[in-house]
Amino acid sequence: MINMTTYDDASAAAPAAADAPRRKRRDAQGTRQLAAVLLSPTLLVLGLVIGYPVLAGFRESLYARGQGLDADGFVVEGERFVGLDNYTAIFSGDRADAFWNAFWNTTFFTLTTVVLETLIGVTMALIMHQAFRGRALVRASILVPWAIPTAISGLLWRWIFQADGAANAVLRQEILWTADGFPAKMAVVIAEVWKTSPFIGLLVLAGLQMIPRDVYEAARVDGAGALQQFWRITLPLVKPALLVAVLFRMLDVLRMFDLPAVLIGVNQKSVETLTMIAWFEASNLRYGSAAAYATVLFLYIALIAYLFVKLLGADIIGEARQQTRRARRNHPVKGRRKGAEVAA
Amino acid sequence: MTGSVTRRTLSYLGIAAVAAYCLAPFYWMAISAFRRPQDQFDNSPVPARWSWENFSAVFSGDNGFGRALLNSVIVAGCTTALTLIIGIFTAYALARLEFRFKNAVLGLIIATTMFPGISQLVPLLKLFTDIKWINTYQAMVLPSLGFALPLSVWLLTAFFRQLPFELEQAAMVDGCTRGQAFRKVIVPLAAPGVFTTAILTFIAAWNEFLIALSMVNKKEMQTATVAISKFTGVSGFDQPFGTQMAAGVIVTVPLLVVVLVFQRRIVAGLTAGGVK
Repeated sequence: MINMTTYDDASAAAPAAADAPRRKRRDAQGTRQLAAVLLSPTLLVLGLVIGYPVLAGFRESLYARGQGLDADGFVVEGERFVGLDNYTAIFSGDRADAFWNAFWNTTFFTLTTVVLETLIGVTMALIMHQAFRGRALVRASILVPWAIPTAISGLLWRWIFQADGAANAVLRQEILWTADGFPAKMAVVIAEVWKTSPFIGLLVLAGLQMIPRDVYEAARVDGAGALQQFWRITLPLVKPALLVAVLFRMLDVLRMFDLPAVLIGVNQKSVETLTMIAWFEASNLRYGSAAAYATVLFLYIALIAYLFVKLLGADIIGEARQQTRRARRNHPVKGRRKGAEVAA
Repeated sequence: MTGSVTRRTLSYLGIAAVAAYCLAPFYWMAISAFRRPQDQFDNSPVPARWSWENFSAVFSGDNGFGRALLNSVIVAGCTTALTLIIGIFTAYALARLEFRFKNAVLGLIIATTMFPGISQLVPLLKLFTDIKWINTYQAMVLPSLGFALPLSVWLLTAFFRQLPFELEQAAMVDGCTRGQAFRKVIVPLAAPGVFTTAILTFIAAWNEFLIALSMVNKKEMQTATVAISKFTGVSGFDQPFGTQMAAGVIVTVPLLVVVLVFQRRIVAGLTAGGVK
């Protein structure tokens, strides 16, 4: 227990109305202290394992390793400050091609997988929502792709996509999926969509189950068809849940590493992502250059997240905000997260 | 009447399609693991001869798979335990206390989940090399806290919000201190949510790959996911798919059992958190 005694609420029992304002002030102060005590371990750890590395990584990206000549012509060993050289190196010559290739691969994977996942996920949710029986079976099976470690699913799909493997046998084709080339991109997209669209399906299903049935009945009375009901009622009402799910998926694909690395291999042009290129640099001890790639990726992800939240208004902490607002109006806090239970 | 029958049929077909979509690749992994090595490339839907050979191959030779499993359990277990110990207090504060900057703190914690692992990895790799932490458990556990902690704080906060805090107030009116009220009233009520968070965090840590791959270059310290991806075949060139599929089954099946037993809770956790 962390120092709970700093806030020993003995005065809470005193019901005297006269010192109520003073007590309230003291309460508020005590609450603030308690909150600070309770929050600090998490903030400290996050500062150490995320805040520090990001800043140190940015510093690192301004340095290079190895021998060089200083201003007076002396040979210097170890790390030296090179300014933005690591960045200009990324964007010039051969390395520029490699960078833009990785950049477009990352963007391509993000767009294709997120669109496909959303379509398949929403379809799955609609099917499950309509189900008469067998819902338990589907909910169990839908958790299977989610629970398999990404690296294992990479191996699994590598096996399926072998030259004489199951995929080619089913398709009656002879496609070299796991060699470098466009089929390799497709293989990654298929494997990624398989693993993550059930997750979107699950979230959308929870959203669907929160829509009251009478809304649909009213729409039917007013003469709305099935399609109209979907576009005018279902979609707008599940939109908030869907947007948050899509945002998390996008952020996750933008830093993709395990799946292409295991399914196709590192240093393969057709599937190299920004994380893979940075990892490759780091594993060859070129930390400065690796940090530069990582920083560029970080900025790209931050930009995408910002645009997504601004343009589409995905409200990640929306519920928390509502809760605060309601609490400020002095309503007692009650369990109202229905979404959590309905899915069960 | 016929409309209803068609609807029913369509619904069953849909259900079957979804189940097949989710299970077929996993089925293929399991079936391939049970083939004899000499029929490995046979594409029949059910093996002609069943065999355990792939499974014994997993644990034999120089794969060191038993040790890798143990490493995975240690790393994922420590990550989960540390995360819960730290996360519970923070989540309690975020769900229960009123203070300024609350949304800002929650936003900050969630924002850390969007940081790409690689930008965390490069400086830590350098730091851990300097302080000789490469090939240690802490080199894998500490960076893992970076993604595990925001996830569990987020989930726990969502769960804690559902708790009836009036009970805690009642206990305090009856003379408990806030610490006692927390221990005797809130902790027992919160146990199911904490348990769900533990499962989800453990699975996330168990599935981690990038950090485990980079922080370790000694075989004895590899976690299971990394070890499987590095299995070598007899000739060193052809990938030993049968062994890898068997190892994949071994790594996945315990997770699946837990997931299926606690599926209601896990679905509640996933939808409450909205996080991977």
